[in-house]
Amino acid sequence: MEQSAVKGQKTNSKSAFMKPHIREEWVGRVYTFVCILVLIATILAIVYFVASKGLSTFITNGVNIGDLLTGLKWDPEGEPAVFGALPFIFGSFSTSLLAALIAAPLGCCAAIFMTQIMPGAGRRFMQPVIELLAGIPSVVYGFVGLSVIVPMLRAIFPGQGIGILAGSLVLAVMILPTITSIATDALAALPGGLKEGSFALGATRWQTIYRIVLPTTLPALLTGVVLGMARAFGEALAVQMVIGNAPHIPRSLFESASTLTSAITLSMGNTISGTAHNNALWSLALILLTMTFIFVFIVRVLERRNHR
Amino acid sequence: MNAKTADKVATVVICLFAGIIVLVLLGLLGFILFRGLSHISWDFLTSAPETIKAGGGIGPQLFNSLFLLVLTMLITIPLGLGAGIYMSQYAKPGKVTNSIRLVVEVLSSFPSIVVGLFGLLVFVNIMGIGFSLFSGALALTVFNLPLMVRITEQAMAGVPREQKEASLALGLSRWKTITSVMLPIAMPAIITGTILAAGRVFGEAAALLFTAGMSSPRLDFTDWNPLSPFSPLNPFRPAETLAVHIWKINSEGLAPDAGEIAAGASAVLVLTVLLFNFGARWFGRFMHRKFTATR
Repeated sequence: MEQSAVKGQKTNSKSAFMKPHIREEWVGRVYTFVCILVLIATILAIVYFVASKGLSTFITNGVNIGDLLTGLKWDPEGEPAVFGALPFIFGSFSTSLLAALIAAPLGCCAAIFMTQIMPGAGRRFMQPVIELLAGIPSVVYGFVGLSVIVPMLRAIFPGQGIGILAGSLVLAVMILPTITSIATDALAALPGGLKEGSFALGATRWQTIYRIVLPTTLPALLTGVVLGMARAFGEALAVQMVIGNAPHIPRSLFESASTLTSAITLSMGNTISGTAHNNALWSLALILLTMTFIFVFIVRVLERRNHR
Repeated sequence: MNAKTADKVATVVICLFAGIIVLVLLGLLGFILFRGLSHISWDFLTSAPETIKAGGGIGPQLFNSLFLLVLTMLITIPLGLGAGIYMSQYAKPGKVTNSIRLVVEVLSSFPSIVVGLFGLLVFVNIMGIGFSLFSGALALTVFNLPLMVRITEQAMAGVPREQKEASLALGLSRWKTITSVMLPIAMPAIITGTILAAGRVFGEAAALLFTAGMSSPRLDFTDWNPLSPFSPLNPFRPAETLAVHIWKINSEGLAPDAGEIAAGASAVLVLTVLLFNFGARWFGRFMHRKFTATR
């Protein structure tokens, strides 16, 4: 038997290919390879279809790219139709940046609490809380935002309560788990010697945290914040429910506004494929897609710095 | 302020922020359950929704959500397992593998609305499946596949190297080693991850708006022939899921009790997701105990 196995390896001829264990190996290889091909084909198809549809606004409908990116007026059904998407771009950036600004300190504090201050209670108590927050569906966040945050803002501040701030608050809660879990992993992976060295020199815990722990893990913390922002940027329904959906740049945080995703969500079902309005919505989707690539690129750069 | 006071102040502030997060979650869950649980009844869970009158239920939506979840998982699990096994076992380290890994990362961070638009264009229009459960399941597969690949890859990486090498040394082929030795060991991690992914699929709405559709035909729950257009089991009928329903009645609901329906449906959605979460946790612990013989 040993001899035949050796022979099978050596000859590698047709008879060797028919041996059951080699045939079985090929089945596995081909199956897994087909799966990975499907995955790659999917992403290529998404990029191709969104790009070809999104670019047809500029090619077929003759809209200037600069006008679309910087125009202030969005009147797709008017005569002549005007496609200025800056209000949507502004809305998306302002809500996701503000959400990251609110969630980043909270998330980092939660991570410090879980790893540095009370590791026992943190693991037992905070970890499930963060995981549950991550599991709550986005429409539920939108619903709670609509029935709690919006009336609250309406009571405290001038205006209707809907707007950028309401959207940012909802998004901040949604991206909190992303930021917290990445920050926690980074802090927990810190070599113990660094901290012990600092304590041995007589530093207090806070001095150790903000002179040693935070600077060392900064790239990883930023990775979490960028990933959270990417999630906030692409979130559609929760934001759409609380932001008001007026297609102009708001003058305050409490005025109705729009994001790229909310514009697509609201109008895509009411437009006919191939019209200029429909193509313009695909252009908005193309902007979303491009931003995703930029976010992933930033994360890659940060991770490379982290490994160094 | 000397160092010791600063230390105390910082500790208090950090604990305060951690407390705020816990309070936010408790408030959130409390609000949803408090508002929604009183509205949940057997009638609410099984009856069909009403457009203008009060007293509509969420029966078809709940069924659609569960059915869509099963369909999605039937497509996702074989594909995700295969791709994950390829990434962890067959892919040789190098430029190609790195770019595949980048592809998975990019795919997992695509906004779900963009995946929904892609589904609308390719599955609904070009492939001609129309607004249907099947289109929705395909879109959710795109959305879920990267997660499944990552779960499988991590689970396979957690298998002790010695077990794999012992099996290979006994002369088993790599595929046989993977299916008979490594997969059983990796299974608890894979199943736990899959249950969590299922919870994510259950609550997803943005990718379904333009693929599974925003309406549901009058379902006849006595007709179990999968080819009949009114049968609940027909995968080629349009189907509004629970998450989409919540969004729809919040933005354009006409029923006088739209607020209560949204609250009740949200409570059902959250309870189901919690169930998935606790199920995954319990199952993970159970399997861990079984495999490692620890208490």
